[in-house]
Amino acid sequence: MESVAIMEKDMSPFLEEAKRRSGEDLSLCYQCLKCTAGCPTAPYMDIRPNQIIRMIQMGMKQEVLGSSAIWLCVSCETCGTRCPNKIDIGVLMDALREMAIEEGVTAKEKNIHLLHEAFVQSIRRGGRVHEATMLIDYKLRSRDFLTDLVPGMVLFMKGKIPLFPSFVKGRDEIKRIFERCTKVR
Amino acid sequence: MKKLGVFICHCGVNIAGTVDVKSVAEKMGRVEDVCHSTDYIYMCSDPGQQLIREAIREKGLEGVVVACCSPNMHENTFRKAVRSQGMNPYLCEIANIREQCSWVHQKEKEEATRKAEEIILATLEKVRRNEELEAIAMSIHRNVLVIGGGIAGMTASLDLANGGYEVILLERKSALGGHMAQLSKTFPDLSPAVPDLLTKASEVEKHPRIDLHCNSELEEVKGFVGNFDLTLREKATYVDRKKCNGCGLCIESCPVEYASPFERGLGMRKAIDLAYPHCVPHQPMIARDRCQYFKDGSCRRCEEVCPEAAIRFDQEDEKIQKKAGAIVVATGYELYPREALGEYGYGEISDVIDGLTFERMLSPDGPTRGKVIRPSDGKIPKEMVFIQCVASRDPDRYMPYCSRICCMVTAKQAKIYKEQVPDGQPYIFYMDIRSDGKGYEEFLQKTIEEKQILYLRGRVSRVFQDDGKVRVLGVDTLTGRMVEVGADMVVLATAIVPSNGVKDLAARLRATVDKHGFLTEAHIKLYPVESSTKGIYLAGCGQSPKDITDTVSQASATASKIQALLSTDQLLQDPLIAHVDEAICSGCGICVEICPYEAREMDDRRGISIVHSALCQGCGACIAACPNFSCELRNSSSAQTLRMVDTFIT
Repeated sequence: MESVAIMEKDMSPFLEEAKRRSGEDLSLCYQCLKCTAGCPTAPYMDIRPNQIIRMIQMGMKQEVLGSSAIWLCVSCETCGTRCPNKIDIGVLMDALREMAIEEGVTAKEKNIHLLHEAFVQSIRRGGRVHEATMLIDYKLRSRDFLTDLVPGMVLFMKGKIPLFPSFVKGRDEIKRIFERCTKVR
Repeated sequence: MKKLGVFICHCGVNIAGTVDVKSVAEKMGRVEDVCHSTDYIYMCSDPGQQLIREAIREKGLEGVVVACCSPNMHENTFRKAVRSQGMNPYLCEIANIREQCSWVHQKEKEEATRKAEEIILATLEKVRRNEELEAIAMSIHRNVLVIGGGIAGMTASLDLANGGYEVILLERKSALGGHMAQLSKTFPDLSPAVPDLLTKASEVEKHPRIDLHCNSELEEVKGFVGNFDLTLREKATYVDRKKCNGCGLCIESCPVEYASPFERGLGMRKAIDLAYPHCVPHQPMIARDRCQYFKDGSCRRCEEVCPEAAIRFDQEDEKIQKKAGAIVVATGYELYPREALGEYGYGEISDVIDGLTFERMLSPDGPTRGKVIRPSDGKIPKEMVFIQCVASRDPDRYMPYCSRICCMVTAKQAKIYKEQVPDGQPYIFYMDIRSDGKGYEEFLQKTIEEKQILYLRGRVSRVFQDDGKVRVLGVDTLTGRMVEVGADMVVLATAIVPSNGVKDLAARLRATVDKHGFLTEAHIKLYPVESSTKGIYLAGCGQSPKDITDTVSQASATASKIQALLSTDQLLQDPLIAHVDEAICSGCGICVEICPYEAREMDDRRGISIVHSALCQGCGACIAACPNFSCELRNSSSAQTLRMVDTFIT
């Protein structure tokens, strides 16, 4: 039967890894559902935040890493602020996204992943986001040229998307931060 | 003609919302001999009682009817109030216009008002013919019988004995301790159960005011509160209690071994053995049905090795007569019987055990010396499944109630297991987690946090054996998934049920049990340690499932209630009982047969039947049965009752 989850002792590494990476004690969750109740994106998620924690406890790694939920989370931190057991699910979602990328699990929300990539690359280049190049980078990656074209133009006309980038002073330090981060991983 | 007063209570809106109290008060005021009639929002409140007291004082009332709630609630309150003004309390009667009128006729207001009037008029009829009565005083025995030597019985006994009362303590087994002696560690502090228990047991054994009878049962009880006549049966242990020094040579020499009930089948015991390793009193007994001597007389080894010559094969059961003023029933519990469960492979698969068996396994003095091993092959189980609510909370097939201790017991057991087998994985199937005691929720959360225990919310559908594993099929409702665990061992948290024989004992004590066999209390909230029979008190799991903390609290509560009861030499009893018109009684004896309380007896010398005032509960059975109307109930005479009935008919 497909829906039977076989419980085995070696399922706990996923729980352990999720705990280690996020620094959150996921065993404490007693399923009060306060996180899901307050989550603005929960209605669009395939698996709700409380279920994500439950599935991690039960070792359902593929389902969790392959879910849309981990990509739809906007890290607003409402869940973590309200959780009676101090579990910060926003941080957990970050950790899960990292794990999904490392495991080579195709992101269910492909474009969200690509926007993250474009965003990080933009930071890497100038130490702060340059919207114009980031958007072009994203459009090229996603090959989705038409979505939000009109609002983009409006923003541009209002001068919200400057043509020239402004860089931070310590770009060398930014570079070192990125090098350090990639090395640690 | 007596001057009467009528006082009508609104009970907030409980009565006044349905019954037109103003008009009723007015109408009652017009009754010829009623010289005071009034209504008030809460008659039981102090200002309400003050109205009654003032009316008695100012108008010289000679009888009072309070129309309010059931007499169970406030009869005493109002009788005390009239007594304070010098009126005999039995001249005050309650007309129940709440439970028997306003509450049941909320939609028929006019009719309810009329009915309230009639109830009050009928009660007035009663009061007109009420006699002035005095409470009956009787002398009492100021000592206590405690049935059951578990933690509840021992606590109650010690409290009473330390309070200066003599205690007779009966224990069915050959040693004190009850089920607590079988436990390993206790929640929420994980302190070992046995040392705490044995400290108490030795205190009980040595206490000068506790008369301990192990291996004994209550055979017969007669009498009533303050004056119980007891017949105890101290069964033969075939060991002279006075001579035996507990050296244990007899146990070593005994050739007969069988599965020990105390070890729940995990360990063996001899035909002559201690109840459990460090038991108090530390004396062995011979199990007659196992002993070779009693089978064919071929073996007398224990007798031969005993340095004190304490073995006495000819010992017989001893009947002991005692008296007591009060009785504590602390009979404890059993686990739901294995044969009756027929589920989860319990009793068929050797690696499926119950919680108490697992406790024996976790006990340092137990059959495995505290090591968790699979009963089938002695290997260390790496995947453990615990199933909660087994036979509890299942009204259809088993017990509808929650057994209360299993959530915490299971968490504790899983924690101890994980400490012993760090690479093991415990799974707990649960329905809800109930951790309502002091420090319990914290204990539970800490256990889950530190010990990697996986709680699966759902019931187990099937447990079966497969390839050396015990497969557990269940569901996790939090993910909506079916789950399957290939377990090495399964521990069932089976339901708590009352001890064997409690129903018989309750019948002998004239106490009542509920449909599950738990002893019923006089009032679930206000009188939780008193049984429905006066002088019989409750403690421990015989009343309802409870943990050690609650059991000890209840036992102490019982002890202090009894100390209050026995604090005087005399008990006062309601005089509303049967009495005999000696001139009319023909001595036929029908009343003696019919009385359920053994309160009627023939006085052969005078040839009439008499009433034992202390035994009579005023039930009225003899009055109905008497062929020539020679007995009457005080203040409920036939004349009164007929006039009351007349009020309703006309």
